[in-house]
Amino acid sequence: MFAYVIRRLFIGAILLLVMSLVTFVLFFASPVDPGRYACGKNCSPAQIKQTNKALGYDKPVIEQWTDFLRGVVVGREYPDDPELRAAAPQLVTECPAPCLGYSVVNTSTVNAEIKEAFPISLSLALAALLMWVSGGVLFGVIAAVRKGTIIDRGIVALSLVFYAFPAFFIGIFLLKFVAIKWELVPPPTYTPIAEGGIGLWLQGLLLPGLTLALLYMAGYVRMTRAFVLESMTEDYIRTARAKGLKSRRVLVKHSMRAALTPLVTLVGLDFAGLMGGAIITETVFNYNGLGKLAVEANQTYDLPTIIGLVLLLGTFVIIANIIVDVLYAVIDPRVRVG
Amino acid sequence: MSNQRPDGFGMPNDNQLPVTGGMPNEDAFGIGENAEDDAASFVEAERAHAASVFRPDAETILEVRDLRMYFPVKSAGIVRRTIGHVQAVDGVSFQLPAGGSLGLVGESGCGKSTTGRLITRLYEPTGGSIVFDGKDITKTSARGLKPLRREIQMIFQDPYTSLNPRHTVGSIVGAPLAIHHVVPKNKILPRVQELLEIVGLNPEHYNRYPHEFSGGQRQRIGIARALTLQPKVLVADEPVSALDVSIQAQVINLLQDVQNEFGISFLFVAHDLAVVRHFCPEVAVMYLGKIVEIADRETLYNRPNHPYTQALLSAVPDIKQASVGGRRERIRLQGDVPSPINPPSGCRFRTRCPLAQEICARVEPPLLQVGKRHKVACHFAGELGHHPDRPVTASLLGVDDSGTPNPGATPSAEVGNEPGFSDTWFDLERKTMASA
Amino acid sequence: MSSFLSVRDLKVHFPTVDGIVKATDGLSFDLERGETLGIVGESGSGKSVSSSAILGLHRKTSAVVSGEILLEGTDLLKISDEDMRRRRGKEVAMIFQDPLSAMHPYYTVGNQIGEAYRVHHDVSKKAARARAVEMLDRVGIPQPDRRVDDYPHQFSGGMRQRAMIAMGLINNPSLLIADEPTTALDVTVQAQILDLLQDLQREFESAVIIITHDLGVVAEMADDVLVMYAGRCVEYGTTKEILTHPEMPYTWGLLSSVPDVLGDTSAQLVPIPGNPPSLLSPPPGCMFHPRCAHRDKVPGDLCRTVLPDLVPGTRTEGHLKRCHLTDPDAVYEREVLPEIAPDLVEER
Ligand SMILES: Nc1ncnc2c1ncn2[C@@H]1O[C@H](COP(=O)(O)OP(=O)(O)OP(=O)(O)O)[C@@H](O)[C@H]1O
Ligand SMILES: Nc1ncnc2c1ncn2[C@@H]1O[C@H](COP(=O)(O)OP(=O)(O)OP(=O)(O)O)[C@@H](O)[C@H]1O
Ligand code: SF4
Ligand code: SF4
Ligand SMILES: [Mg+2]
Ligand SMILES: [Mg+2]
Repeated sequence: MFAYVIRRLFIGAILLLVMSLVTFVLFFASPVDPGRYACGKNCSPAQIKQTNKALGYDKPVIEQWTDFLRGVVVGREYPDDPELRAAAPQLVTECPAPCLGYSVVNTSTVNAEIKEAFPISLSLALAALLMWVSGGVLFGVIAAVRKGTIIDRGIVALSLVFYAFPAFFIGIFLLKFVAIKWELVPPPTYTPIAEGGIGLWLQGLLLPGLTLALLYMAGYVRMTRAFVLESMTEDYIRTARAKGLKSRRVLVKHSMRAALTPLVTLVGLDFAGLMGGAIITETVFNYNGLGKLAVEANQTYDLPTIIGLVLLLGTFVIIANIIVDVLYAVIDPRVRVG
Repeated sequence: MSNQRPDGFGMPNDNQLPVTGGMPNEDAFGIGENAEDDAASFVEAERAHAASVFRPDAETILEVRDLRMYFPVKSAGIVRRTIGHVQAVDGVSFQLPAGGSLGLVGESGCGKSTTGRLITRLYEPTGGSIVFDGKDITKTSARGLKPLRREIQMIFQDPYTSLNPRHTVGSIVGAPLAIHHVVPKNKILPRVQELLEIVGLNPEHYNRYPHEFSGGQRQRIGIARALTLQPKVLVADEPVSALDVSIQAQVINLLQDVQNEFGISFLFVAHDLAVVRHFCPEVAVMYLGKIVEIADRETLYNRPNHPYTQALLSAVPDIKQASVGGRRERIRLQGDVPSPINPPSGCRFRTRCPLAQEICARVEPPLLQVGKRHKVACHFAGELGHHPDRPVTASLLGVDDSGTPNPGATPSAEVGNEPGFSDTWFDLERKTMASA
Repeated sequence: MSSFLSVRDLKVHFPTVDGIVKATDGLSFDLERGETLGIVGESGSGKSVSSSAILGLHRKTSAVVSGEILLEGTDLLKISDEDMRRRRGKEVAMIFQDPLSAMHPYYTVGNQIGEAYRVHHDVSKKAARARAVEMLDRVGIPQPDRRVDDYPHQFSGGMRQRAMIAMGLINNPSLLIADEPTTALDVTVQAQILDLLQDLQREFESAVIIITHDLGVVAEMADDVLVMYAGRCVEYGTTKEILTHPEMPYTWGLLSSVPDVLGDTSAQLVPIPGNPPSLLSPPPGCMFHPRCAHRDKVPGDLCRTVLPDLVPGTRTEGHLKRCHLTDPDAVYEREVLPEIAPDLVEER
């Protein structure tokens, strides 16, 4: 297993390398001149050139990429050009390894940006995960067990409704009505645990987490229902019933164990995706998470931030995949190897 | 050897394609819709599904010598090294007479399918040689294989997964014609319809999809596809194992008709000893990648000489015996088949053999010819209840009775792994060479 | 004195969108302790559905089960669900075809066997495990104390089937139903399993129903045979009688479709033409008539219009057949036997 994880990590690293190169190439292949954008509307060609030089955009793409890689490994200093650094030593910014770049737009290193946004996204994703998995599995199993009844149809219909609503609609509804108009909960703001303790932290996550959870839960309800129903037709369920087990035990020990295994994969991947993908929710609730950061970086052609985020999120997905595979081997004895 | 083929099985414009006589085309096994008519014509249908007989004068169409197939086993480490081999087929030799059929039986995992796949060259053999129609095809390149595929076809076990569900029956059966440019495009349709008729399907089913057919009908489609290119050799890998008993009989009869009609040679792979006996005049028994006994049908089933063959036969439930109250004494084999990654030393059957002795662990018994058309690989070969006390092979191999090399003895050069049978053989009773 | 197990007019109907699937339609038989009944028939003839009904495994939502299943006088179809559950696995046990899919892939063999014991006995996990080891040993698994912690996929096919048998017999059931217990196995392993089943039956004095499509297995195992076709019993009698003097053309068809390992090599295989009928709209009259080669021997349109009753056969008591033919034995001797066993005809 250990060797397997190492091999997977190795492959993952190569994948990240390729991803970063592709991002570089795509960025410069776009028709917009990033230097011009970074400099501002009224820049003269000379100023644009100067900016390009300061940001290193004037170098060949491959060289920029290798510079970037070197930065990831040993760290870097900004501006890139040694002449500029010598000219204004007081403006030099240290960017220690693993340096993901320096964002001129936000005048800070990408690492610092991510450091700020990351806990917010993580908290949000965790809160959502907790709600959607517990809710999804619970309602999914209930629907499966009561298949064909009013309860089943109600659950399925409701999940379809939530599935159909866009995220911003649910988010705005929760914010404007539940929090502001009816004052059922205080308007959510993110408070780190270190500042306000677990209580406040949780309170802040309630509504945005719920927004995301409702969206995902719809899918999970339907999948859980389908997996449980499918496992109910398996031969080993018939065996379990033939032993004389109570139906609750058949459901919990035999059916759900098998049905929830495929969910593990989905949970892992959805969680990783959510880390940078909760754009609408973060915007509605004004949470400065990774999703919002990504959108802003995209709008301002902030290459370093974009690349940093691409790699970060890529890493999440790769690690989530590995964790899922390891978990799978723990759950399913058939895939345990060497 | 192509001159052995009846003329009727010629080109598609040859209108006199033989669909008369014993062919089951008389709607007898048509689609269930008009089952009424089916049964009526069934009553009248001639039943001439002659079981194939052995013809000693037939030429050899396929010769396999010392064939080996080792599949590598990889380690689970960071660098995946090869840590061993599955010796799926290990030194198999036999001859297949033109127009004849050889049965290959044995327990699951003994290498039957792998042998069949090697002959159709779906795998490249690890060792040994395959000679088809006088040509060595062991190492034929991918390009050279294309014409070969016309000559050697395969019928698969599972009629449900071996047909592409998204293609119509017509395109499944016609595809080989188009790929090999055998007939002009406009002749494909009539040709396919002819083939469908040969295998007892309604030519109107040309445009239907596999899922619309029952298991037996799908197997017929598979057979029609295999016949499309007029092969000389058909490898049938468990062609009826997935079918219901009543349907099995339909398909076996069809295969027999096809063979009689077109003179196709069959390598018939199956684990059902009764079906193989019914179909094949000559049968080889495999155990863990090796042939342990090969003989004509009568000898193999009535006077088997290998303890494994004897055990295998005694294990088959016999309807007639049981119905009159008697039950044959069963030879109980202990344990499971060992792993083909680490087969036992000497005789591979020794871990389960009731007769095993010291020599069996030390020396591998050669596949010794002990009758006109009978070879057996056992140190104590003999009919059930008449196994000799001392190894019959010791003097031939130049070892003493416990299997340790005997410096004084001269091993006989005769004991090789030759395909086919020679005119002289080792007489087990008299312990000397004999001839017909 | 009524029989140990007495099934009367058992019907299992599945309402589906296309109509009612009459998977079992009026099945009756009796079975005593220590006896074995073999049920044979083609795929889809309703063998598994009928036996599942005896265990009460059909869900009320998907199947309509009617008739009587009297086990020592108690009608299993009338007792409460909870009562049925308590008998399941204890008095009536079942072993299934294909033990790889019939065992849970995520739990050890010992866990699954022990669970069958714990449902019906108030014992600790440890005691259940010990009992599982004992049973594995009893069914001939080597080193049972070590193998008990293996997962099903680590067992070979034959060992899995043994483990299934251990699971079925752990509570000494008085009725054991074996649904195709050897279909997926090699002949040598099949012989081992059949021997084992016979030994265990003798030991526990159980009644056994063995379901199979292999007449050879029935011939070796069963005292009585019930031949099913399209959800109905078409012939019933002692094994010897059914195999030597069958009186129903479908049974003839089954017998002439299988080659014999020792019989005459010149024997013909005479297949049953066509395919089994749809259970949604079974043919009128005799369900077998579209495939029957002997229907012309019955005068008039009887075979096409009138469903024959299950009536006593012509030779021995207790032999039942569902066919309009009046002289089946003569037809069999004259027309069927010469095809499938020329050697036997000479002997007679
Ligand atoms: N592609 C492969 N890679 C590795 N091992 C293989 C491969 N194909 C077959 N084997 C192994 O080779 C052995 C022989 O397999 P083969 O399929 O020839 O057996 P068989 O006699 O046809 O058995 P069955 O009756 O189950 O079909 C088995 O141990 C199998 O696991
Ligand atoms: N839940 C169900 N709903 C509808 N039809 C069903 C259901 N279960 C079984 N059937 C049908 O009942 C018929 C009898 O099935 P059964 O499993 O008893 O056959 P069998 O005789 O055991 O065949 P096999 O030899 O293939 O196991 C089949 O046609 C099957 O399609
Ligand atoms: S060589 Fe020895 S072990 Fe092998 S089959 Fe013969 S007696 Fe048995
Ligand atoms: S009743 Fe008629 S159709 Fe049915 S089996 Fe008898 S002879 Fe054949
Ligand atoms: Mg095979
Ligand atoms: Mg069944």
